[in-house]
Amino acid sequence: MTSSIATHLPAAVAFSTASVPAEGLLSLAWLLVALPLAGAATLLLVGRRADAWGHWLGVLASAASFLVGFAMFIALLGRPADDRIVNLHLFDWIPAGNLNVEAGLQIDPLSLTFVLLVTFVGTLIHIYSVAYMEHDVDRRRFFAYLNLFVAAMLVLVLADSYLLLFVGWEGVGLVSYLLIGFWFQSTANAVAAKKAFIANRIGDLGLLIALMLMFATYGAVDFTTVLGGVDGVSQGTLTAIGLMLLLAACGKSAQFPLQSWLGDAMAGPTPVSALIHAATMVTAGVYLIVRSGPIFDGAPDAQLVVVIVGAITLIFGAIIGCAKDDIKKALAASTMSQIGYMILAAGLGPIGYALAIFHLVTHGFFKAGLFLGAGSVMHGMGDQVNMRQFGALRTYMKATYITFAFGWLAILGVPPFSGFWSKDKIIEAAFVGEGWRPWVFGTVALLGAGLTAFYMSRVFFMTFFGAKRWNDGHKTRPGTALSKQPVQHPHESPRLMVWPMIVLAIGSAALGGLLSIGNVFQTWLEPVTGHVEEHEPVLAVWLIMTLTLALVAAGLWLAYVQYAKAPVPVVVPVGSVLTRAARKDLYQDDVNDALLVEPGKYLTRSLVYGDRQVVDGAVGGLGHIMVRLGEVVRRSQTGYVRSYAAMMTVGLVALVAVVLATRI
Amino acid sequence: MTGGFTAPQIDWAQLAPIIIVLGAGVVGVLVEAFVPRGVRRNVQLALTLLASAGALIAVAALWSGVRETGGTSVVGGSILLDGPALVIQGVVAALTLIALLVVADRTETGESAFAPAAAAVPGSDYEQLARRAGLEQTEVFPLIMFAAGGMMIFPAAGDLLTMFVALEVLSLPLYLLSGLARRRRLLSQEAAMKYFLLGAFASAFFLFGVGLLYGFAGSVRLDAIAEATTTVVGLDPLMLAGVAMLLVGLLFKIGAVPFHSWTPDVYQGAPTPITGFMAACTKAAAFGALLRVVYVVVPSIVWDLRPALWAVVILTMAVGTLVALVQTDVKRILAYSAIAHTGFILTGVVALTSSGITSVLFYVLAYGAASIGIFAIVTLVREVGPDGVVLGEATHLSQWTGLGRSNPWLAVTFSLFLLSFAGIPLTAGFIAKFTAFSAAVEGGATPLAIAGAVASAIAVFFYVRIIVLMFFTDAPRAGDRTGAEVTVVKSEGLTTVAIALTALLTVLLGVFPSPVLDLMAQAAKFIP
Repeated sequence: MTSSIATHLPAAVAFSTASVPAEGLLSLAWLLVALPLAGAATLLLVGRRADAWGHWLGVLASAASFLVGFAMFIALLGRPADDRIVNLHLFDWIPAGNLNVEAGLQIDPLSLTFVLLVTFVGTLIHIYSVAYMEHDVDRRRFFAYLNLFVAAMLVLVLADSYLLLFVGWEGVGLVSYLLIGFWFQSTANAVAAKKAFIANRIGDLGLLIALMLMFATYGAVDFTTVLGGVDGVSQGTLTAIGLMLLLAACGKSAQFPLQSWLGDAMAGPTPVSALIHAATMVTAGVYLIVRSGPIFDGAPDAQLVVVIVGAITLIFGAIIGCAKDDIKKALAASTMSQIGYMILAAGLGPIGYALAIFHLVTHGFFKAGLFLGAGSVMHGMGDQVNMRQFGALRTYMKATYITFAFGWLAILGVPPFSGFWSKDKIIEAAFVGEGWRPWVFGTVALLGAGLTAFYMSRVFFMTFFGAKRWNDGHKTRPGTALSKQPVQHPHESPRLMVWPMIVLAIGSAALGGLLSIGNVFQTWLEPVTGHVEEHEPVLAVWLIMTLTLALVAAGLWLAYVQYAKAPVPVVVPVGSVLTRAARKDLYQDDVNDALLVEPGKYLTRSLVYGDRQVVDGAVGGLGHIMVRLGEVVRRSQTGYVRSYAAMMTVGLVALVAVVLATRI
Repeated sequence: MTGGFTAPQIDWAQLAPIIIVLGAGVVGVLVEAFVPRGVRRNVQLALTLLASAGALIAVAALWSGVRETGGTSVVGGSILLDGPALVIQGVVAALTLIALLVVADRTETGESAFAPAAAAVPGSDYEQLARRAGLEQTEVFPLIMFAAGGMMIFPAAGDLLTMFVALEVLSLPLYLLSGLARRRRLLSQEAAMKYFLLGAFASAFFLFGVGLLYGFAGSVRLDAIAEATTTVVGLDPLMLAGVAMLLVGLLFKIGAVPFHSWTPDVYQGAPTPITGFMAACTKAAAFGALLRVVYVVVPSIVWDLRPALWAVVILTMAVGTLVALVQTDVKRILAYSAIAHTGFILTGVVALTSSGITSVLFYVLAYGAASIGIFAIVTLVREVGPDGVVLGEATHLSQWTGLGRSNPWLAVTFSLFLLSFAGIPLTAGFIAKFTAFSAAVEGGATPLAIAGAVASAIAVFFYVRIIVLMFFTDAPRAGDRTGAEVTVVKSEGLTTVAIALTALLTVLLGVFPSPVLDLMAQAAKFIP
């Protein structure tokens, strides 16, 4: 086991940019995007007439896309490893002078990993949503957006240039906005959607600047040119591009300091939280950094910033997760923290790229499973999300309880569940290196594991263990606070919801181990991430593993004592300073308000004032002058032929005079 | 004169577009004489539509030959069938075809835009009688054919006399057509009279210029004059004055300042379908002729003409734009907008580069299509009398208020044409302006391009004002309106087809301009 878990350090980083044109089955890759896009278009255009069958069309489009993706996967496996980067030219997109962008898809192990994850988990969540959204009048619109999301996400990961990637990037941002605000009738949801959109815009700005820098440097924005040509570019430029890409990743992946939107994004329907805000879209930042590996390899400073951002977010999210009482927000904080792990891994360079993607995949499974479990609990509990009013649900919702437990064990990193294989390797990789870095980042990653164990166990125990803290209608003493709550009849969810949870639970249990046998996943990604030699961390591997497991056990035990053994107060206790801060997302919103929102408001107010007084004044004034001039000139239009003829004559004389004057 | 007359070798095939159209005009006159009144209109309409389509096909058939040889000289050099000439002929044929649809449409009221009996005194009993009898002045159709025939010769003329004849052939029917409006007949007749007088005046200038140039070069052929500008010495004032007067004749036809005064009055007074036809086709033909004179004769004396031409261009853009700002009548706004556009097209003319030719050819097509479409829409917006009888066109701006709510399709299409005029991207007008201004920059006329851009910016105001009126201003409630009530009449279908075609062209030329631009770039070469 030691050898398989031992971490790696780059030898010569062999980044393969040689690609071959698509042929045969692979030339059908456009179907991957076209199918869900057609689904979305149909559902949106046909409108209410599709209400009866629209959701099944959505499921079908997503499933068909998965089947195509799976066929691609088989086709790619049939090729030698060197031939696994395939380009499919679609059309000449922007033939504009110096900039010549072709729209094309790049099918390689990395993009295909995402395709499989997005379409497989996406299809499961589509099926889940059929039941979850059954009573919503807008279910068809919901499925249209989900299909649109799948299409946009696939554009993002399949693009062969940063510009096309940007199209997908904006596409998923748009769908995220639409789905967070799906129930826009409530102002809070609309505000949350706007907040997510604006925070994402800041990141998008980073991506745009990176695009411009690339164009200025290379004159092109396709992966082959940009990533293949890093050798001839100065480190300063690469650092700038890298930092801008990181800013983009921070926006999309809710990393510090742009993380504040993710918690509010839970306003969307729970399947959305599972698919977009846990399993796929928010991991796009990790994809961006891994895809741009050569740029970061050439810019150690940018890489260090990536690791720092990852480390901060990891702890940040974990602390917030410890204090949240809203089950979805606790899970959102956990997502933030887990993506922090991935970003941290991606910042470690070639040694970490494959690990980041590995954790991304396993996380996609167990976090989606956890969210669907949360959705199932909400479904049974009348949309209640406050964990203080759950408790003892394990007897009422068996399937949800067991599948949730699988996800919980996976995220804790308990062997042999998936998270153990992926997260432990990241912790080990964080301990690799020289000087102060391995000690700092390794310790942070290690601590994070303990915190994760605590807050996830807290969620688990508060929901499924302990005493009932909800009104069951007969055993509650009248007059207490509890009796004023609506009566709950917790029940298991319909089969359409349970089966996806079971499939995801199986993935949470087994996927990590399966993909670790003989390093099969890392080998699969090698054509993109490069081959790395093994390297020993500063602490012995067994010691790291033992420490990790010990911390996990400690976190679990602490949570058990506090939330399963001891009664959980229904009324929120005051808590320590740290708890109060964590409940308020460590004051990130207040910081944003003070630093950005208020000055921004002031700026816009003064701009509006300036616009009215100065710009409008000038324009209006000019306009008046123009109208006056018009009035004057208009007077020459008397309506008398004689004056028209006179004008012509004068014009003729003047014309001839001017022409002749040139010869004087 | 002992040698007798030798008949020139004539390559009739090259003249096919012209012959088809003029032939249809002649046949049309016979139709007037021999075909019974009941079917006359339909026969005329079919004949003229067929002739325009036939001319268009003939142009297409001639295209490959012209592309290979660069052009042929026909009738001993009197007609030069080269790229620009052929493109203009094609544009005129196509736009005439569309304009005819609008001309023929009688709308749901069953009344065409033309006076039932043009000879009747306005307001007389005879006029009432003719109206009740349902008479129609179907001579309109052959007149249009004659005008179109002149327009097709005009840009292809190889000598100044042919050019003058073409000028008169195209002008005389237009004078008549302008006076044929069914409603506000006095205004219409006044407009026709003004147009005729000033047109005759301009023709006189043109002829005077021809005379001076003949005195200078000893020939009226353009190539001979062009050659003489470099060889003959000592007669420069004669030549310069001659060219200047020639240009005045042409600038009058395109409506450039200060020879533009007729435009607003005639555009307003003429029957609206004819206004659209004039705005589109006359402009195309006159610009074709102007291009030939400027590109064949002027290059060697460009430094002498440049200040005067620049002044004309800037004045045209400025006056057209500024006066349009203070107009309240839709047709007059469009007339001044036409003047401003003349200025914009002129920037491409004075660029004196081959991309300048391309830009002018493209511009006249884009502008012409939008013009026919926009005037076609004007024909449908009518006033209603107190007794519910549909009257003439409601052309006062205030009457267009709220049209976007009551007739969204009509208003959206109208806005599309306005946006094209304003040069908003994704419309043909944008591409046209862009190519014209970039040609000007390329040809060293950057100040003109800047002036054009400024004028365009100001012009957006009055275009968008109409859109705002239609969509974002509440229509006054019934009774509150100052003028008569307004309604939108249904067309017989012909006008709708014309509007759809022109709108389609406006969008297509705006979104996929490259095929047409490439074609016109290939055509942008005059033969001497």
